[in-house]
Amino acid sequence: MTDRSLSRRDVLAGGAAGALTSIGGCVQNGGLLGIQSGADAPTVAILEDRSRDFALTGTAKYRTTKLAIEEINRDGGILGREVDVFAPDPQSDNMRYQDLTRHAIYKEDVDALWAGYSSATREAIRPLINDHEQLYFYTTQYEGGVCDKTVFPLGATARQQLGAVVPYLIEEYGDRIYTIAADYNFGQLSGDWVKLIADEHDAEVVGEEYIPLGETQFGSTINNIQASDADFVMSMLVGQNHSSFYEQRAASGLEIPIGSSTTMAQGYEHLRLDPPALSDMYVGVNYMEELPTDRNADFVERYYERWDDAEYLNQEAQNNYFSVYMYKEAVERAGTFDQDAVIAELESGIEIEAPEGDIRLDPKTHHMVHNMRVGHADENHELTFDEEQQIEPSFLQDVGCDLPNDPERTQYEPQDVYGGI
Amino acid sequence: MAATELLGLGFEFVEIFAFIVLATVGLAVIFGMMGIINLAHGEFILVGAYATTFAVAAGVPLALAIALGVLATTAFGLVLERFIIRRLYGRLLDSMVVTWGISIVVIQLVRIVFGNSAPGIGIPFGEVSAVDAPTYYFVLAVIAVSVLAGLYALFMWTDFGVRARATMQDEATARSMGVDTERMYTATFGIGSALAGLTGALYAPVLTVTPEYGSTFLVEAFVTVVVGGSSVLVGTILASGFLGSVNAAVTNVAGTFMGQVAMLVAAIVAIRLMPDGITGLLEDVRQKWGESE
Repeated sequence: MTDRSLSRRDVLAGGAAGALTSIGGCVQNGGLLGIQSGADAPTVAILEDRSRDFALTGTAKYRTTKLAIEEINRDGGILGREVDVFAPDPQSDNMRYQDLTRHAIYKEDVDALWAGYSSATREAIRPLINDHEQLYFYTTQYEGGVCDKTVFPLGATARQQLGAVVPYLIEEYGDRIYTIAADYNFGQLSGDWVKLIADEHDAEVVGEEYIPLGETQFGSTINNIQASDADFVMSMLVGQNHSSFYEQRAASGLEIPIGSSTTMAQGYEHLRLDPPALSDMYVGVNYMEELPTDRNADFVERYYERWDDAEYLNQEAQNNYFSVYMYKEAVERAGTFDQDAVIAELESGIEIEAPEGDIRLDPKTHHMVHNMRVGHADENHELTFDEEQQIEPSFLQDVGCDLPNDPERTQYEPQDVYGGI
Repeated sequence: MAATELLGLGFEFVEIFAFIVLATVGLAVIFGMMGIINLAHGEFILVGAYATTFAVAAGVPLALAIALGVLATTAFGLVLERFIIRRLYGRLLDSMVVTWGISIVVIQLVRIVFGNSAPGIGIPFGEVSAVDAPTYYFVLAVIAVSVLAGLYALFMWTDFGVRARATMQDEATARSMGVDTERMYTATFGIGSALAGLTGALYAPVLTVTPEYGSTFLVEAFVTVVVGGSSVLVGTILASGFLGSVNAAVTNVAGTFMGQVAMLVAAIVAIRLMPDGITGLLEDVRQKWGESE
């Protein structure tokens, strides 16, 4: 043992676990493991934004990851060893993300990495991840399509979120859809998904608008929606400027229901905006702080106990939390922190009791089969949820992504599979 | 049908015109009159918005909260002027660097003290059903025009205005004539800050208030000041009218994205044709007329 973070617990746990793992290790790894556990403490990196653009959503992700590690360390660590955390603030800056990822991999030699809010960040660091074959958990809900051997994109995909909410709204309100979305990769692809899902349910997209991220004035958009005679709006707007849309909608008397994959569960607009800005808003989610289950109530309570100034526990933060425990389970099953071995365990099929419910990892695609729900905000921003349904990460399954047998590193787009949309 | 479309276009113009004028006036006073490139302009607006938002959250009525927002920003501006900006008069590039730094510090301080988001207010006064638009936008437009009129009156018709303009045009002469130029600088900076604070306060109900709130206004403000040229009032009015019309017309036909593109292209063309802005061109024309007579 080095003198790094040597505590009474280390000595006790280390002794007990050393005895156990050397037995387990003998069986699994030719007896080397007992010696390995004497090396540096296992380290995970948490690169989540606590300042600038993504601080609103990144802070909670950092905090739940930290909470999970603290709980695990309190209960004796992983394989009996306390886990170290490397967690500088990347400050919503992709250059800084690249520097810190390099540092985490080469200097800290981390055993697992949780990093990044936006898809742009993920794509900025993925080459580094690939170079070093780093085990990497990306937990934001995203446009989908990443099929990469060492990457585990565990957030719900656009296909899963929209697949929950679009059919629900077609059923409830009718088949004319107006799409408004942020004008970049995520928004454009989400718009494609709406068209695809609409097609599958004999509905029609009667209008589409892609809006630059800086836009704050929505007068003309609201007029166009009114004029289109749509039954409901699908909104994949993103960020603080876009959330002005909802306030302006309320003040304009636009009363068409709105479906979304981006509001409430991440930026808690239902708490930040003054009612009735989000009235009749439906969102497809795998998790929200308000989910009415006992397991979730317990999780939420522990979170606010640990971080008493926290603002909200968002969907992505929950994903970080359960994925740390999933990682622990995989390491313990592998009997080693060795990344290839841990990935092999994750790929052997793994289930986890997450706050959102019991869910499992789809081994071939490295995505989760999530419990998806449609959350609804009324005019007082009170939330209700419809029945949960398990939705498979079907897009990559359709692509034929099979990572255990074909360790590729691709991001697929819906056009690649379903042709021109 | 044509009537409703015309109404829609008219409303769009009102919405964008008010936004551009209010985003610009504070900057125009500080930049146009004092030669300080205030890259922290957005954060002055931010201070106004936060003061207003938290006042409303504490139960203060909106109108009074807006007044508090203006007061807070004025105080903020005066303190900055006293301790930092005062040393930067006549140092154009230095003022840019320093105010940029101030901007970063303020954003992060706001985040640390108030967290990542502020409570929402909600847009008051309901809607104008003829155009499906918030009544509040028309209130904003009326305020924008009143602000311009008020500024005109202040700088053209009052003793203070004469002294302030004298200070900006020729400080040494003004001082020799008995004008307290330091005080004029401070007062003018205070007015610019107050106007920025007013903008932040007025838009707090419309736009979601977070630490990055100020950046929303920055592009419009700088583009308008540059297109407008050196004369604060005339420049702001003409440039806002010009850019607002282009933006509104194109937005109405081709959507918000193309509206923004068109506005920026129009600005580029305008600056190419009129390097000193609209008021620079007016000045040239006036001089040529003088010569030919």
